[in-house]
Amino acid sequence: VTVPPPQATAIPGSAAERRLGIARPRWGERLIEAGLWLCATVSILVTVGIVFSLAGPTIEFFGEIPASDFFFGTEWAPTFSPASFGVIPIVLGTLAVTVWAMLFAIPLGLGAAIWLSEYARPKHRRVVKPVLEVLEGIPTVAYGFFGIVFVLPLLVDIWNLLPFLPGAPNPVANVLAGGLILGIMIIPTVASISEDAMSAVPRGLREAAYGLGANKLQVSTRVVVPAALSGITASFVLGFSRAIGETIVVLLVVGLIPNLTIDPLEPMQTMTAFIASTGTGDIATGSITYKTIFAVGSLLFAVTFVVNMISIRLVRKYRQVYD
Amino acid sequence: MTGRSGRAGRSRDPREEIVASAGLAVERGSVGADRAKQLVFKAFLLFSVGIGIAMLITLIVTAFIDGLPRLGIDLFTEMPSSTPGDAGLQSAIVGSIFLMVGVAAITLPLAVGAAIYLEEYADSERWWNKLVEINIQNLAAVPSIVYGILGLAFIVRGPLSLGPVVLAGSLTLALLVLPTVILASREAVRAVPDSIRQGAMALGATRWQTVRHQVLPAAVPGIATGMILALSRAIGETAPLLLVGGVTFITFNPDVDVSTWFGFESPFTALPLTIFNYLSRPQEEFRVLAAAGVIVLLIVLLAMNSIAIYIRNRYRKRLEQN
Repeated sequence: VTVPPPQATAIPGSAAERRLGIARPRWGERLIEAGLWLCATVSILVTVGIVFSLAGPTIEFFGEIPASDFFFGTEWAPTFSPASFGVIPIVLGTLAVTVWAMLFAIPLGLGAAIWLSEYARPKHRRVVKPVLEVLEGIPTVAYGFFGIVFVLPLLVDIWNLLPFLPGAPNPVANVLAGGLILGIMIIPTVASISEDAMSAVPRGLREAAYGLGANKLQVSTRVVVPAALSGITASFVLGFSRAIGETIVVLLVVGLIPNLTIDPLEPMQTMTAFIASTGTGDIATGSITYKTIFAVGSLLFAVTFVVNMISIRLVRKYRQVYD
Repeated sequence: MTGRSGRAGRSRDPREEIVASAGLAVERGSVGADRAKQLVFKAFLLFSVGIGIAMLITLIVTAFIDGLPRLGIDLFTEMPSSTPGDAGLQSAIVGSIFLMVGVAAITLPLAVGAAIYLEEYADSERWWNKLVEINIQNLAAVPSIVYGILGLAFIVRGPLSLGPVVLAGSLTLALLVLPTVILASREAVRAVPDSIRQGAMALGATRWQTVRHQVLPAAVPGIATGMILALSRAIGETAPLLLVGGVTFITFNPDVDVSTWFGFESPFTALPLTIFNYLSRPQEEFRVLAAAGVIVLLIVLLAMNSIAIYIRNRYRKRLEQN
């Protein structure tokens, strides 16, 4: 194997050596390319690893628990005796938190994106964009802390202050508080991807609309947003996927009670909260509880996989249209 | 102030709608109602941007108010403990530093290698390379708890069976941030102008020589930015460590010794993990401790983010000058 010298001179020594085309196979170059290829392939191995590590115990789980009990059962008590493995309560828990989060994140994220892309002066953009990036980078455990010491008491105060509001929020954990915090967490994700899509809309479209007498509001909502729709949808889908997978906030703020309810003022349990609270270091490998973690994990992975694929497709679409 | 909204045609094509609304504006332009509508919309937009910023400020202020009583030197000298009075964060902070060293050492070569392969070598029309590309995008959005499951089943137990040690935590977090670093590194490599490559190749450099001596040095700031942002994400990750680390209170730092692989074979705890443990306890004193931990974590994060933004801005200016 001949490795190319580390400090190869750009100009060959003599004219006789100079030849066009490959003089001899450069094994070193090929070796390097193979090494780089391996680096790129590691990501495939990660996916394969995830699928395999989930699949084994999941198959064993369904060997012991009938699939219909798991998918259609309405009672979730896998660590109790007698145990019950109906996954519906925690799937609905995840769904409830996610829907509340999207209810906050979609209008506010889109509003922030329109402001950044259409309204903001460059000077203001330069300040706000990094702030949103910081907001995106705040660790979930800090949001969890924020939920416990600020949002949960705040909800109780609001309900005390406004007696006409129905019900009373659970002060220790509830779905609404979780949805609110997750919504705020997702705003930067929705805003930055939507803004990218809006910035990709050709200037000509806007100018044509202005030329026809449209105002800024009309240009934003009727030209830019429809033209960037696939990217905007992608941002919603990605935000949705983030909300489904979020763990620490729901663990601390939404709770661990597998309630089958639609009341957002009550605590619930999500799929991620179950995995994180049950799968701690001291769990016995091979026990039914251990396998349950993987069954729920598989479900979570499958759902987010589908959702991510949809968002990747949508992003491709808008890139193709305007690039 | 000309256009008039609301009554415009219901047709789907935005262009037609605009034509219609422009026509209406000439006929009967009610400037007052129009201005009010625009103002309301603008107020909504400002509210959308403002609420995020307001929440960020509230979060920081809350953490400071709650955590201030414990924000002292003993936070760094005392070990985590189940008695709040003399509990600190030392082994958690040291553990997080160990984790991050491991994450950087594992992620950087893999991510840079993958980015160079995908940008400089791979034929993006080949199905395998397409698969790699889609796979990386998908992995970037896989929930972190799933990486925790991978870590538990594959790294802590199962094939690698490392046990709940620093190396297992580093590996899990490295796999978690790998897709993000690859994506950032690819952007950085792509931003290097083609003229530099062509220049090098015209002078007789091989492909690798071009990459090694021209492309990579030019891409270093972009890669560094991506790596720092990834580390700032990894340092705050809690969920996967719950599955991989798991033990509640570790009252000792990783032991730097040859027998423990310089500490990487040692059990560990991490800053976010300890904050989480404190938050899960009912006593008020632990909440104060958690707040102090959040402040430490936020300061580290803000510092890392500032460095990343600084590097990026400098780099942008340089590219623009060229």
